[in-house]
Amino acid sequence: MSEQQKHAMAAPGIRQSKAEAVNAADTRELYKKREQIYPKLAHGKFRSLKWLVMAVTLGIYYLVPFLRWDRGPDAPDQAVLVDFAGRRFYFFFIEIWPQEVYYITGLLILAALALFLATALFGRVWCGYACPQTVWTDLFIWVERLFEGDRNARMRLDKAKWSFNKAWRKLGKHTVWLLIALATGGAWILYFHDAYDTLANFFTGQAEPSSYLFAGVLTFTTYTLAGTMREQVCTYMCPWPRIQAAMTDREALNVTYRFDRGEPRGAHKKSESWEGRGDCIDCKQCVAVCPMGVDIREGSQLECIQCALCIDACDDIMKKVGRPTGLITYETDDNVDRFERGEKPRYRFFRARTMVYAVAFVLVAAVMLAGLVTRTTLELNSQRDRNPNYVILSDGSVRNGYTLKVVNKANEPRIMDLAVEGDPSIQVRVLGAPEEDPMRLDIDADRTRDFVLYLTLPADAIEGPREELRFRVTDRTTGESATTPTMIITGAGE
Amino acid sequence: MSDNEHDVEHDAHSGTQTTGHTWDGIKELDTPLPRWWLWIFYATCAWAVVYWVLMPAWPALPGLAGETDHTRGLRDHSERANVAAAVEELQAQRASGFAALEGASIDQIENDPQLLGFVRAAGESAFGDNCATCHGAGAQGFVGYPNLNDDVWLWGGSYDEIRTTIRFGIRAEHPDTHFSQMPSFGRDELLSRSEIADVADYVLSLSGHEASAEALENGETIYQAQCASCHMPDGTGDRLQGAPNLTDRDWLYGGERSQVIDVIYRGPYGVMPAWEGRLDDATIDALAAYVYLLGGGEAETATNGPTGR
Repeated sequence: MSEQQKHAMAAPGIRQSKAEAVNAADTRELYKKREQIYPKLAHGKFRSLKWLVMAVTLGIYYLVPFLRWDRGPDAPDQAVLVDFAGRRFYFFFIEIWPQEVYYITGLLILAALALFLATALFGRVWCGYACPQTVWTDLFIWVERLFEGDRNARMRLDKAKWSFNKAWRKLGKHTVWLLIALATGGAWILYFHDAYDTLANFFTGQAEPSSYLFAGVLTFTTYTLAGTMREQVCTYMCPWPRIQAAMTDREALNVTYRFDRGEPRGAHKKSESWEGRGDCIDCKQCVAVCPMGVDIREGSQLECIQCALCIDACDDIMKKVGRPTGLITYETDDNVDRFERGEKPRYRFFRARTMVYAVAFVLVAAVMLAGLVTRTTLELNSQRDRNPNYVILSDGSVRNGYTLKVVNKANEPRIMDLAVEGDPSIQVRVLGAPEEDPMRLDIDADRTRDFVLYLTLPADAIEGPREELRFRVTDRTTGESATTPTMIITGAGE
Repeated sequence: MSDNEHDVEHDAHSGTQTTGHTWDGIKELDTPLPRWWLWIFYATCAWAVVYWVLMPAWPALPGLAGETDHTRGLRDHSERANVAAAVEELQAQRASGFAALEGASIDQIENDPQLLGFVRAAGESAFGDNCATCHGAGAQGFVGYPNLNDDVWLWGGSYDEIRTTIRFGIRAEHPDTHFSQMPSFGRDELLSRSEIADVADYVLSLSGHEASAEALENGETIYQAQCASCHMPDGTGDRLQGAPNLTDRDWLYGGERSQVIDVIYRGPYGVMPAWEGRLDDATIDALAAYVYLLGGGEAETATNGPTGR
């Protein structure tokens, strides 16, 4: 009880929190032991939005492997599947082969550009709402609160001596954390093998060793990163806080303390006038709810992930003391300066920085879309034997050997016709082709097949050291065809 | 150890004890090893002991460690045994391919994509190990060592004939080996130098080279007397004796006039070892099929003469 009495009052009915910013700039040291942060539960529209984003993102992560997509009898029916064994990546109607990994590169470029654009417009919305580190940490803090109570109760529990009460709460928390971590690591491997099979095999010990390895590693990282390391990951491990300083500017919407309105801050007494003082009553609720241990009133800082929970906490207080909400709000640095000068705010969402990001995004997206739409299901590559470079036969004719690689990306077996264009006197022999149909190439569904070819140029048709040729392969049913350039080396003139 | 008589003193700045050593007024700090380093060191010491117990480690006096000259360890680990097991595993993996190859005709091999792929891989590997030294990595041959890609076969180019040649060799130490010998017309003084030159001119003329009418007439007479019994009156050769066709454009020992004269003068004696006994039958099958499929193989029905496909 005596502890409560020591509490200063920030305003009638509002105690000043004893929260201190763990990551305050003036107490920062180069080598500093970590101080535990006990974020208090906030209530408000941003907290609700964050619950919603958490539900959606976690839902996507845990449920997507179970979605099915019919691709015919020869291909897996999992909607999203990274099939390393079969060397395919399936994403609903898209199927990507290893040599088309540039689609993945394109997706990463799009993701980066989207991140830049979002940062230029709204600051660190990715960090605040959608980053897995934020989402899982939020979830783990929710579990922690379930077992140990809110901020003050948790602090008391950590200080208390070991007792049954403390033991079962800690044990329960860590058990649930581990279960969530296991579900997280477990869901990861479902993206790499059939989800239903893997799930069944996982618990009967029949899944592949790599499945257990990756599930184990991700269980460990989820447990440590979201459970025990939390803000340390964002502050010390993640490069993004350093990069974002270059991505944001004075016209981006950031979670901002309106010092023009708030200062000078101080406790507000009953019947005291609000004239001549700031709206901030220094109740430190914004510090208490902060999961990163920063004081937003110090301005924009590296540790702040802009989760907007301080906005909720401050709005709550402002309503109680009868002042307008938005003392902490999404605002641009320029506008805060304008407010201070008594000017009206100005928002410029269309500026050089955002336009460059947006145009680059649209361009890359257009290129990828064009590539995806014009993607063929037939590809051809050829390699001429170099050893020996050419073979002179007993009658003086010249033969070259080739390996022709035919890629069939369609989900059905195909019959192709081979043609060699460029010199009608060339004789073609396909190793293994039926005698009655010597130019026929059979390729199984969704497969690549190598054919060994021998091209022979009769002695009387040899005109120079080499001749440019072209292989053409044509589907007998659809007429789709592909070509690849090649040559025949005669050795003439050597 | 101390050079001087000072008591243990502590450095004022770091609080660390000094060793007592002083050089030109500079004192050496006795900074302790970092704890993490020390613990890792202790852990590696402990690990060494575990390793001695589990793995082969110490040289031992003869008789103290059983039949070996070192301690065996509880795991009885042996890299030699591991290699032997790996070889066995590899052979087991290849066994199905070799089993399919056994007794298969060349047409069956060619028309079965899986078997074709196996033969080309297994054959290429065996060829590289055993044949490439003489015939070249691409089987392109060298002077005196036949090119196996083309359609010229001294002793026959069917799958069976190639297999027989590999198995028994040419002029090798095997009772069934292919054998024939061309006389050393010059060295043994069977023909004079001018006669050899005339025969060379005649032989070259069979594939279109020109020479004086006198030399040709003289050369043909000598050819029909000395050479036609093996190389046939028309020069097309005889595979039963491994006698090359002299009318085509292929010259095993080179097609220059000087090279042909040299061959007639000394009479070549090319040797290929018999591989039976050195290689197992399955490997010989794979090799024969590989060579056949290099592009010059002949159908079983082929008779004498160049019939390349």
